[in-house]
Amino acid sequence: MELRVRCTKSFGGFHLAADFAVEGNRVGIFGESGSGKSTLVNMLAGLERPDGGEILLDGEPLFSAGRRTNVPPERRRVALVFQHPHLFPHLSVRGNLLYGWKRCAVANRQVGLDDIVDVLRIGHLLERGVMNLSGGEKQRVALGRALLSNPRLLLMDEPLSALDDTLRFQIIPYLRGACEALAIPYLFISHSLVEMRLMAERVIVFSQGRQVADTTPDDLARDRMGGSPVGYINLLRLADPRDHDGLTSYDWEGNRLFLTASPGEGELLFELSSKDMILFKKHPEAISARNLLRCTVTGTFEAGRKAGVELMCGSGRLVAEVAAEAARELELTVGSEVFAAVKASAFRRLG
Amino acid sequence: MVSFTPADMDAIRLSARVALAATIVSLPFGIAIAYVMSYRSFRGKAFAEVLLNLPLTLPPVVIGYLLLLLLGKNGWIGSILDAAGLRIVFTWYAAVIASAVVGFPLLVRSIRIAMESIDEGLIQASRTLGARWSDTLATVILPLSLRGIVAGSSLMFGRSLGEFGATIIVAGNIPGVTQTIPLAVYDYVSAPGGEGAALSLCLVSAGLSLLVLFFHEYLARRMGRRD
Repeated sequence: MELRVRCTKSFGGFHLAADFAVEGNRVGIFGESGSGKSTLVNMLAGLERPDGGEILLDGEPLFSAGRRTNVPPERRRVALVFQHPHLFPHLSVRGNLLYGWKRCAVANRQVGLDDIVDVLRIGHLLERGVMNLSGGEKQRVALGRALLSNPRLLLMDEPLSALDDTLRFQIIPYLRGACEALAIPYLFISHSLVEMRLMAERVIVFSQGRQVADTTPDDLARDRMGGSPVGYINLLRLADPRDHDGLTSYDWEGNRLFLTASPGEGELLFELSSKDMILFKKHPEAISARNLLRCTVTGTFEAGRKAGVELMCGSGRLVAEVAAEAARELELTVGSEVFAAVKASAFRRLG
Repeated sequence: MVSFTPADMDAIRLSARVALAATIVSLPFGIAIAYVMSYRSFRGKAFAEVLLNLPLTLPPVVIGYLLLLLLGKNGWIGSILDAAGLRIVFTWYAAVIASAVVGFPLLVRSIRIAMESIDEGLIQASRTLGARWSDTLATVILPLSLRGIVAGSSLMFGRSLGEFGATIIVAGNIPGVTQTIPLAVYDYVSAPGGEGAALSLCLVSAGLSLLVLFFHEYLARRMGRRD
């Protein structure tokens, strides 16, 4: 997918000036609320008309003030998943899913009902009405409906922000997995950095109606570590839980981590803040923290009055943060060896 | 004992026929106007709004008189129809038109409330899923405003059953031709000794109204359950 946007839109004192080009199948648009993300989405979908400029998708103009082109939404093949599912209340789940599929040209029908039912695991819901579905089921059906319209591009506008935390991270694998399995490129819009890192390969950062950066989710997270009250969030996929005297140990990239969290099924996603790690130059003999990882420093970066420290532990990567002064005292340079202590309770399960 | 003369029976039948015809004829226009007022913006919308609600506030007699001016032999429309050999004034068509004009704002209002309460996101979803405006109208907006359409239709039907002022002016009070229940009641009440017959017709009128309202309630409940 190749998207070129250069357009403006003004309303009620707000001025949006978007000018970017992205290539890739998993692109994120990151920004606080009020930064103009949703207006941008509406312009891409054809629901709002830009004041000027042009929008090109794979070289084809969706809107062009110069060429007097404004393709109506139904002919853009740009589907939308909103913050709320917006399922048609008078149709069954099946009726909702097939709404876009029926209106899609036969030649473009790459994705069929069976594919969607498999990927999103909604087979048991097909004949039900949509009013009695749970929040997560509704959002899965909304996603399925959008994918079944066989779009060239799927826009996801804060699709998780109306869901509670547990549900959010249960839906993410569906969002990402379904689009990957069906080869549908997407634009993921969110104000959550963690969501962005799980969903996007590349991120356009929006602020006050214009893009301020074009970066990767990880770089964005590092950049924001200095100002963030929660630090840099390390995302760890842990597997193979085993019981250990009231703790659970998990395998992570060749290390075993001890957690107080109760064990779950399969591979689990945990977050660990850079603030919850303490670095030691030498092995501390006795320590209350249950995890002591021998790591190699692979890089350091500045983040305000703090320093970020990139660590290699086994085959896994972690980012820790220390005060700038501590970084000098410990002589943290590339190649030096440190021990990272992490409390068993510092890991927080996502989903 | 309640008993009806053949003229009474005519009045009852005519009332039902006029109300039904007025409702059926108005429905497509009502839906179209409600749609335009809900979803389109155009110059002079405020003026259209006022014009649309005018029949609610004008005395029906005034409406009847304006219709008479319009449809009469020398009126704008009347003269054209007259040339074509058609006469509307003092026929049951005039009663239908009078009822339609008086009840129209009620019909539009109910449908509009239903249309405007439809979540904008549903309409946007439908558009981005490949539906043109007409398609969205047929598959999302109309089904979701069905309740308003039913409510508006039964209101209009009920209002038409009771139409008096406009009808008597533009259609007259001709037994067997344009005399509906309210006009027949008026005749009985103004003549001595007609109280009993008037009361019988009043009961019929009340019965019909109740029937319409119960039918409306029944439909509304059925639709409510389906949601």
